[in-house]
Amino acid sequence: MAALTKEETEALIQEVLEVYPEQARKDRAKHLAVNDQSLEKSNKCITSNRKSQPGVMTIRGCAYAGSKGVVWGPIKDMIHISHGPVGCGQYSRAGRRNYYVGTTGINTFGTMNFTSDFTEKDIVFGGDKKLAKIMHEIEELFPLNKGISIQSECPIGLIGDDIEAVAKKANKEIGKPVVPVRCEGFRGVSQSLGHHIANDAIRDWVLENRDGDETFATTPYDVAVIGDYNIGGDAWASRTLLEEMGLRVVAQWSGDGTIAEMEKTPKVKLNLIHCYRSMNYIARHMEEKYKIPWIEYNFFGPTKIAESLRKIAALFDETIQAGAEKVIAKYQAEYDAVIAKYKPRLQGKRVMLYVGGLRPRHVIGAYEDLGMEVVGTGYEFGHNDDYDRTIKEMGNATLIYDDVTGYEFEEFVKRVQPDLIGSGIKEKYIFQKMGIPFRQMHSWDYSGPYHGYDGFAIFARDMDMTLNNPCWKQVKVPWKTAESSNVAVAASA
Amino acid sequence: MPSVMLKKNAEGKLVFYVPKKDLEEVAESVEFDSPDKWGGEVLLSDGSKYYFEPMNEQPDFPVTLRAKRLDSGE
Repeated sequence: MAALTKEETEALIQEVLEVYPEQARKDRAKHLAVNDQSLEKSNKCITSNRKSQPGVMTIRGCAYAGSKGVVWGPIKDMIHISHGPVGCGQYSRAGRRNYYVGTTGINTFGTMNFTSDFTEKDIVFGGDKKLAKIMHEIEELFPLNKGISIQSECPIGLIGDDIEAVAKKANKEIGKPVVPVRCEGFRGVSQSLGHHIANDAIRDWVLENRDGDETFATTPYDVAVIGDYNIGGDAWASRTLLEEMGLRVVAQWSGDGTIAEMEKTPKVKLNLIHCYRSMNYIARHMEEKYKIPWIEYNFFGPTKIAESLRKIAALFDETIQAGAEKVIAKYQAEYDAVIAKYKPRLQGKRVMLYVGGLRPRHVIGAYEDLGMEVVGTGYEFGHNDDYDRTIKEMGNATLIYDDVTGYEFEEFVKRVQPDLIGSGIKEKYIFQKMGIPFRQMHSWDYSGPYHGYDGFAIFARDMDMTLNNPCWKQVKVPWKTAESSNVAVAASA
Repeated sequence: MPSVMLKKNAEGKLVFYVPKKDLEEVAESVEFDSPDKWGGEVLLSDGSKYYFEPMNEQPDFPVTLRAKRLDSGE
C-alpha cells in the first residue's frame, strides 16, 4: 500500500475518533497527530503525559512499575522489597530481562522477588513492624546484600505507613543503605512519575554517600552510562564500544549496575544518557550539583552509533576522537555485511511502533539503515520533550499517537497496513491473529541485545526472521475469507 | 513561581528548563546579562516571558532559580 498523504492521515484520525462519545473524542483528538517536520515544538500538535480516559484500553503501567521495574530493580546487589500485597512484585518478577553477572541469591538478587506480603491485618494495624522484621530477616538470610530499597505499593500510601522512619532505623542497625521509595502505584498518570520518584530517591539517599571522599582514583576519561537497562545484554554491547574508544565506564545505571557504581557516579567527567525519559532527572541534578555535563546518545543502528560516538568523542581530547574513528572503522566490515545481507530482504517494508521510553524515536535509525520506513510511532508515557525530539526523526505525514488506546491502535493498523509492528506483549497476539508480523520491542521478544554494532546484527536478523517468516501466509484472518477475496478479485477485474 | 533550571548550551545560550511543565526552551534575551548584574526579564523562543530578581553577579550555571511568569501564556 502506498504511503498516506497528510490529508488522508488526518481523515484517518477523524474516522477513528468518530466512535467515541463527544467528551472522550475531544480529549483523544489532542493525543493523535500527523507529523510535520517544520514544527519546532510538539506542544503545537500533541498533548502528552495526561490521565488516560476511563473506559479505554490503555497500555500504560504505574508508578511502582516505573520505580521497581525500571530504575531500581536492575541494581543487582541490592534487595528491593515490594512493600505491600504479594501480586505487584510477583507478576512483574524478572519479566524485563535485565541481564546481570553474579550468583543469584548469594551476591545478586535481580530475578528474585522479595515482598512484605501484606494481609488484612497489616492494612488494619500498619505494616511498619513487619517491614522492620523483614529487613533483619534479609540481613540474616542474604548477608552479602549491599543495601535494601523499599518499593511502596498502593496500600502503603493509603494507610500512611512511615517507611522513612523504619528505613532510617534499619540503616543504623544494619549499617547499609536502606532507601525508602514512595512509588505507590496510584501516583501520577503512568510509570513516568515512578521514574521521577525513583530518581529523586537516588538523589536523596544514595548519590551523596561518597561526597568528600576522594579515595576513588579518577581519570580524565571517566564516564557513566545512564538509562541503559541491559535488556538482553544491551548495556554490555554499548559498554564495549565506549571502552574500545578509550573511555572508562565507571558506572552502569542501572542494568547490571551496583550501588557502589551509583555512589561513584558523581566523580565522573561526563554522563551519557540513553533513556532520556527515565533518567534525565538525575542527570540534570548531577549537572547542577557536581557540574557534570550530560549528553543523549543513540546506539541503535550503525548510522546513529557513528553519529553518537563522534558526538561523545567531541567532548574529549584527540586520543578519544581517534579512538572513535578506529571503533567505527573496525566494525564497518561487520555492519556492512549485515546491511548487505538483510537490506534486500527488508527494503521498503513499513513499520509501526508503540513503545515507551526512548525506543519510539531511537530505533527509527536502525530501521532506516535496513531500508525500512517507520510510518507510525507513539509513546506510552512520553512527555512533550520526547515528542520534541521525535518530530525531526519521523517522516512527514506519518502518524504520531500518544497513550494510544487498544481500539485506536487496531484501527490504525487496519488502515495503514504496516508490514511489521513493534510493541509490547499485550498487543502481540492481537496483531499476530490479524496476520501481521510482530516484534515485542520492550524486551526484544526474548532476544537481544539490540544496542551497539553487535546488537544491530541481531536486530537485523530478528526483523528478517519475523517479517519473512512463511507462517504469515498460513494465517487465516476472519475478514480475509475466500468469499471476500473473490469479491475483491471481482471488483478489481 | 516555578523553579527553573538554567544552564548554558554549547553555543553559550541560556537554556531554560521547567521540570513540572517539560518546558525546555532557549532564552532569546536576558534583560541584565553583564558580569556585575544578572536577571530581570527573560524572553523565551516560544514567546513567553519570565522575571528573575536581578542579582549582583552572574550565577554559577547550571543553577535552579525561582522565576515569575510575566504573561499568562497559553
